[in-house]
Amino acid sequence: MSVDTATVRRIAHLSRIAVQDEEIAHLQLELNAILAFVEELRGVDVQGVEPMTSVMPMQLKKREDEVTDGFIADEIVANAPRREDHFFVVPKVVE
Amino acid sequence: MNELTQLTMGEARDALKARKFSARELTEAHLAAIEAARPLNAFLKETPERALEMAKTSDERIGRGEGGVLEGLPLGIKDLYCTEGVETTAASDILQSFVPPYESTVTSQLWRDGAVMLGKLNLDEFAMGSSNETSAYGPVVSPWRRNGSNAKLVPGGSSGGSAAAVAARLCLGATATDTGGSIRQPAAFTGTVGIKPTYGRCSRWGIVAFASSLDQAGPIARNVRDAAIMLRSMAGPDPKDSTSVDRSVPDYEAAIGRSIKGKKIGIPKEYRLDGMSGEIEGLWQDGIAWLRDAGAEIIDISLPHTKHALPAYYIVAPAEASSNLARYDGVRYGLRVPGKDVVGMYEKTRAEGFGREVRRRIMIGTYVLSAGYYDAYYVRAQKVRTLIKRDFEDAFGQGVDAILTPATPSAAFAIGEKGSADPVEMYLNDIFTVTVNMAGLPGIAVPGGVDKDGLPLGLQLIGRPFDEEMLFSLAQVIEDAAPEMPWPEPWWTSCG
Repeated sequence: MSVDTATVRRIAHLSRIAVQDEEIAHLQLELNAILAFVEELRGVDVQGVEPMTSVMPMQLKKREDEVTDGFIADEIVANAPRREDHFFVVPKVVE
Repeated sequence: MNELTQLTMGEARDALKARKFSARELTEAHLAAIEAARPLNAFLKETPERALEMAKTSDERIGRGEGGVLEGLPLGIKDLYCTEGVETTAASDILQSFVPPYESTVTSQLWRDGAVMLGKLNLDEFAMGSSNETSAYGPVVSPWRRNGSNAKLVPGGSSGGSAAAVAARLCLGATATDTGGSIRQPAAFTGTVGIKPTYGRCSRWGIVAFASSLDQAGPIARNVRDAAIMLRSMAGPDPKDSTSVDRSVPDYEAAIGRSIKGKKIGIPKEYRLDGMSGEIEGLWQDGIAWLRDAGAEIIDISLPHTKHALPAYYIVAPAEASSNLARYDGVRYGLRVPGKDVVGMYEKTRAEGFGREVRRRIMIGTYVLSAGYYDAYYVRAQKVRTLIKRDFEDAFGQGVDAILTPATPSAAFAIGEKGSADPVEMYLNDIFTVTVNMAGLPGIAVPGGVDKDGLPLGLQLIGRPFDEEMLFSLAQVIEDAAPEMPWPEPWWTSCG
């Protein structure tokens, strides 16, 4: 399977990565090289094989449903590129 | 070069305990070595004040006859581990000036045991790479050079800064991480020892995530014993990582020197690649002979799905990465590039903040997870992963105690030599290591000799789940039998 330029644009948008027109052709080549490399997996007989979900056979751990952390709003916003008080500031999202 | 930087971690530990020198002196010697080695670009951030403060505390503890198992031992930390109050970048522009308000579990255990932090080590951006060339802060230069050549070589990756710093004797040991070979390949390229423990052995909490079902923390060290000393402190269950396994941590150092008589070592025929160099084949045969001479039984085995591991990895790892790296959106931390609306801001931030290899992997991951392709790519790759793991289970089921392979298909290559035209060329570096991550098993790389150019070559041992002790016993036999690894001449001190 290989991707065309429209698909490259669609993947870039789904990935939320801006691409310039002049990058598309090169990206298409690179993505197709990787897709060609993984193509051989189509030949593997996976009939009746379960897809792996956990590499170690273990039950996911559970804990009591209780508050274990909090009241650290200052720390949470400390690294934000733009903030006001304890809020992250973003461009307007609702018209 | 100060003789204190020539010690192994084990020697330094014993000498500190015997008060032959102070933790401060040991730390100062390494800080001076780091300063002189800036041309290698191994450290992204040096933290001398913190190091001296920690060394002072260690000296006080040692003075009182107290002290943990790593008391006063100076280490480097891969800049993928969050360190409280110290910038953590994952070698990416998108995390520029990020200062974590918390400490990763693994590093907090090192400090608990008395270790001293020298600084943060360079790596491939988000640990995606096999040569340390994808770092936003420039490549790391290996302390090794080919005989009679000044060409700058790569130290391997993604833990290239860790491997280079240990090989150049800038720190006694370093933390590293391994998703497809990122501990073992750079260890092999630099004549150091690196172990990727069993998945779940070390907590992943506070380590910047790449591919969560494959990522594991581990040490790179000067010899097998030092790796065992470090892993003991790094490992252990953690309530903050639900995939960390509730098992007590053995004293790995006690496994060193244990007899390997009668142990069954599997030699997988699928690792004998077409066109593999005679030197790699020779290294493998040497390893077989050393283990046989020590009483091990050598058995030919088959791991039939080996050749599918790398293609399956390049579906699973990018898929998980595309999901993990969705968090870098210019809102909560790191870089923000303004756009015409919120989506425009996301897209510009991520286009500018991520490097080429990272963008490429996010896009591949997004594609294989997208509607219509999920079953054909992602689910199929996870089924292949089940088959790869089953191969190993069959081998261990036949009584094999460990598996011996070469660690890499070649010695280190020059900066700029590989992968510029075709990304897959670089990916092939991990052909012997990636199966181990896919199956969640422990694997150790240990030096086995040098090639015709005088560059280190490494052997890999793969073990049963949670049998790191077996790997340490076997690796020590190889270390003892192999020709002593010469250390690179410190050419970098004269190029200031």
